Amino acid sequence: MTEPAPTPSIPAPEAIRFEHVSVRFGGVRALDDVSFSVGCGEVHCLAGENGSGKSTLIKVIAGVYQAQPGARTDYFGESVAAPTPQLARRKGVAVIWQDLALFPEMTVAENIAFDGLVGAPRLVNYRAIRETARTALAKLGVQLDLSAPLKSLPISGRQLVAIARALASDAKLVFMDEPTASLTQTETDHLLGVVRTLSASGVAVVFVSHRLAEVLDVSSRVTVLRDGRLVGVFEAEGMTQSRLTELMTGKRFDHAVTARDVGDAPVVLETSDLTRQGEYSDVNLTVRAGEVVGLIGLIGAGRTEVAHTLFGMSRANSGSIRLSGAPVAFTSNREAIAAGIGYVSEDRLALGLIQPQSIADNTVITTLKRISDASGLISEAKKSAAVAKGIGEFAIKIGLPDDAVSTLSGGNQQRVVLAKWLATSPRLLILDCPTVGVDVGARDGIYKIIRGLAERGIAILMISDEVHEVYFNSDRILHMAGGRIVAEYDPRRTSIAELERAVYA
Amino acid sequence: MRDYLRTHQGEMRLLVVLAALTIYLGIASPIFLSAGNLASLLNNNAVNVIWAVGLLVVLIAGGIDISFAVGASVAQYLTALALISIGGGNWFFGLVFAGIFGIAIGCINAALIAGFRIISIVVTIATFNALFGLLMFMTSGKSIYDLPDWWTDRVAVASLGTGGALTLPVAGMVAAMAATWFLISRTTIGRQIYAFGDNPEGARRAGVATVKMQFIAYGWTGLMAGIGGLMQVNLAQEVVPNALIGRELDVLAAVVLGGARLGGGRGSVLGCFLGVMLVAIVQNGLNLLGVSPYAFKMLIGLTILAAISLSNFDLGALLTGGSRRRGHVDNH
Amino acid sequence: MSTITERLRRVLGPDVLGLLGLFGITVVAFGLTTPHFLSAGNFDSIGFQLPDLGLLTLAMLAPIVSGGINLAVIATANLSGLTLAWILNMNGGPQAGVVPFVIGVVAALAVGGASGAAMGVTIAYFGAHPILASLAMMIFLKGLGEFLTRGGDISGFPAFLGQLGHGVILGVPVPMLVFTAAAILWHVLLARTRHGFAVAMIGSNPRASDYSGIPVKRSLTLIYTLSGMMCAVAGILMLTEFNSVRVGHGEALLLVTVLACFLGGVDPNGGFGRVAPVFVSLLILQTLSSGLNLLGANQHLATAVWGLFLIAVMVFRYAASLRRRGLFNTIRK
Repeated sequence: MTEPAPTPSIPAPEAIRFEHVSVRFGGVRALDDVSFSVGCGEVHCLAGENGSGKSTLIKVIAGVYQAQPGARTDYFGESVAAPTPQLARRKGVAVIWQDLALFPEMTVAENIAFDGLVGAPRLVNYRAIRETARTALAKLGVQLDLSAPLKSLPISGRQLVAIARALASDAKLVFMDEPTASLTQTETDHLLGVVRTLSASGVAVVFVSHRLAEVLDVSSRVTVLRDGRLVGVFEAEGMTQSRLTELMTGKRFDHAVTARDVGDAPVVLETSDLTRQGEYSDVNLTVRAGEVVGLIGLIGAGRTEVAHTLFGMSRANSGSIRLSGAPVAFTSNREAIAAGIGYVSEDRLALGLIQPQSIADNTVITTLKRISDASGLISEAKKSAAVAKGIGEFAIKIGLPDDAVSTLSGGNQQRVVLAKWLATSPRLLILDCPTVGVDVGARDGIYKIIRGLAERGIAILMISDEVHEVYFNSDRILHMAGGRIVAEYDPRRTSIAELERAVYA
Repeated sequence: MRDYLRTHQGEMRLLVVLAALTIYLGIASPIFLSAGNLASLLNNNAVNVIWAVGLLVVLIAGGIDISFAVGASVAQYLTALALISIGGGNWFFGLVFAGIFGIAIGCINAALIAGFRIISIVVTIATFNALFGLLMFMTSGKSIYDLPDWWTDRVAVASLGTGGALTLPVAGMVAAMAATWFLISRTTIGRQIYAFGDNPEGARRAGVATVKMQFIAYGWTGLMAGIGGLMQVNLAQEVVPNALIGRELDVLAAVVLGGARLGGGRGSVLGCFLGVMLVAIVQNGLNLLGVSPYAFKMLIGLTILAAISLSNFDLGALLTGGSRRRGHVDNH
Repeated sequence: MSTITERLRRVLGPDVLGLLGLFGITVVAFGLTTPHFLSAGNFDSIGFQLPDLGLLTLAMLAPIVSGGINLAVIATANLSGLTLAWILNMNGGPQAGVVPFVIGVVAALAVGGASGAAMGVTIAYFGAHPILASLAMMIFLKGLGEFLTRGGDISGFPAFLGQLGHGVILGVPVPMLVFTAAAILWHVLLARTRHGFAVAMIGSNPRASDYSGIPVKRSLTLIYTLSGMMCAVAGILMLTEFNSVRVGHGEALLLVTVLACFLGGVDPNGGFGRVAPVFVSLLILQTLSSGLNLLGANQHLATAVWGLFLIAVMVFRYAASLRRRGLFNTIRK
């Protein structure tokens, strides 16, 4: 594969210039001769898969990790031999981690001015705290209630607080780790507006993400990492998500569209005018046996909310759901499971699996009755058989079935989730972002499994915010936005670019 | 003030309940609002409030301390022995000894919790048993009655009216409340303790010295345990090694009732005072209304059960069929 | 040899062998230093003292596995004992027959179960913190007992109850038999039933359990109900042993039950806890106490040693986990 020539047009003056950065953990080379530079006031994207080294690079710049000797580490034109976290912060580098690291019970003002509270013990000057917070928010051009507890703000508000906190400590270079992951479209738009303001006032912003289509507009350049190495620096102008994915993975996605026509296979799921106040409205969708229906939409589009209702975890205000023709109105997800519905949550860590518990227990949790013997007790033999079947069927790579499920990689964890739902012999599987947190190499395996399940006649509703994912792996694509299904596409008659435009625009 | 109302809804709710209770009891019983009754309410609950504000700091830091009442007993006993050995001493020496012994016990807890990453409830249940067993074993359960006069003399520090003398423990309570309020609200250390309890990982990343904060929190609880023990002698006129056992759970209930959160990040000095006083006033009111004293505990238990059920009850969630609030993570 | 240890480890769980070793060391140490330690009389006294603490510890164990705690175990046991005592007294006290006793036992179990259920509902449906809910329940139940008994004790029970409390079958004290049966029942409940499975899952992550179709609220209510019934068994046994019931009886055992659970490797954060290691840790605690007793120390020193012992075990576990992590790191390197 030929690499496109990196574009060396660097806006001057520079905020940071790092060259020949290598980092080793034990025998593992996390970063290998990587160079990275950002201009003052530039909006830059740092792209890479999980494990590509992007978080290591941020930590080197933030002074948390030390690069091996021989690296050039310049902050604002000044060479710093051995950066420390304190030093990097003083130089004006701030990192906004994905979890924001804020304090929900404390006020907005204290959260913004928190860095001023750390250090040698002294009295708290609440007036100064409010002043600091007000100034920082003014720089962002937003107004927030300074004395509201942080927990009363929506995620987007908290993100603004995190940015204001960075500005309060005079940051001139702000890293944002996966900033749009939990934002709705409007919130993302607002964030981008804020980023433009920052950029105009000379603050450089680096978006760190594996999904950058939303932020490419406001960015000038993209640095791509893969396996700890620099792939290149590219102009953001004209970059697409598909191109970026290719660069990040090093694989040319010669994926063929797998869509097929299931013809008049029996309808498994049918909703009519399903509405839940404030979440989604007039949702009409059908999924036939053996069909993979992709439901694409950005966060806040109402896709997960629809899934929750289908899975019996919330109730629609109006409209109806039919399962294989019979109307259903679940009062709990246990009824939905009994009726043959499985739901793979988008939040595998918190909701999909019980992380500290064993692989075996996580595999059989949905089918306890089936692994019980006549006395009603759980049969060790039946349990082992069920676990072996699940592990074997999906070729899950494990140590021992009794190991905690948290010891598995993302891809293997997702296979455990699929195994636990397949064990219930479902007729409908709802997959909510089935490859989130799964490495690209492992994704194809998951897609093959999904296709295999469909071929067994299971109806599959695949929710996703990645066009790539639904385009190549669905038979039909529904586009959801603003709580409504706004369009339907056939991958065989639509180009991926067309779909990307529709979804991300 | 408006901001305070918003960030301290639990305290405000408690204040309203307490005010309603006070008005009702004031009308129902002529004695309730008398100077004598109010003074004895404060005198008898001052020690609990001192312990409550001590425990509060550990709860804010996200921990729990079951051992403080035993710690108070140990500090009390050691202080008595130390004072006797120096020939009686005075309040200054008493405070220094009780404070030092209390802080030392708190620091043992902190060292085990922070040093060996053992969860605080396990550590403090272990130190509870170890300290209590050792205290009873070493002292053979013997009480000390021959105490310096300054320690046991009733000192009126203020008066609410005829027969309404407030004694030294109340002064101790006011001082403990003021000091704790100053620590947690006015110093950067206090704010860092709140932050640590609220989001330990976030605090660590922001550069909070987390081990130091835990030592300060448990040390403060120990200090207050020691001072509370010292004041309790002034009230009881004797040092009985097993007299304070069991008080830890009552105080814990009162503090949590006062709005502190098990799990950290929330709680206030005012809430502690209100929580202790709610329990005390319910009991006092039942007494004045002629309810059998044997029913007190039962009714107090019911009051707490009702209070926690109501404060946790999400009517909205029930009406919408248990829909989950998004963006809200419950720490179980 | 290694396969035998491996099999034992599988059956008993990883913590049991270490604890059994500790138990062995304790027994040998006292056996060598203390003249009457290995006498039948001493083992008998252990057999009579262990069951009360043991049953209460079982009642504490299940809620801890579910991610909570039950601080009302002693209060529930005493109130259940009172129920039985009351029914016996209504039916002639010392002259009461077997039928009132059986009715009384059923009533005691019902009272224990109802107390636990009320607590479970407060925790599961109202979302109250288990420490607070069970603490309030403890204060309430204790108060209810005080109200009903006016702070006094109830005694004067039929003589056959003494047979239960002090009897010996095939050389084994009856209370020990009751406790062993309860422990086996509890082991089956936690390790083999669907309910026990659900409780462990909820203890680790209630929301993920809910998403997997586990009836979280119902399971939590049920486990506190069962915990309350186990308290009732303890209360009944205590009645037969002491031939009297009193509200504050056995309060010192409350935190010891928690201590025994932690010593037995129960995860304070919930999700993990097995009966077998807790059983062994109870044996260790009781042996320590009996041995010290024979050496002339009193129960208080034993309490202190229990506390210090728990600290030592936790520090040891921490050191072991560090070593494991260190090993893991070198393997990765």
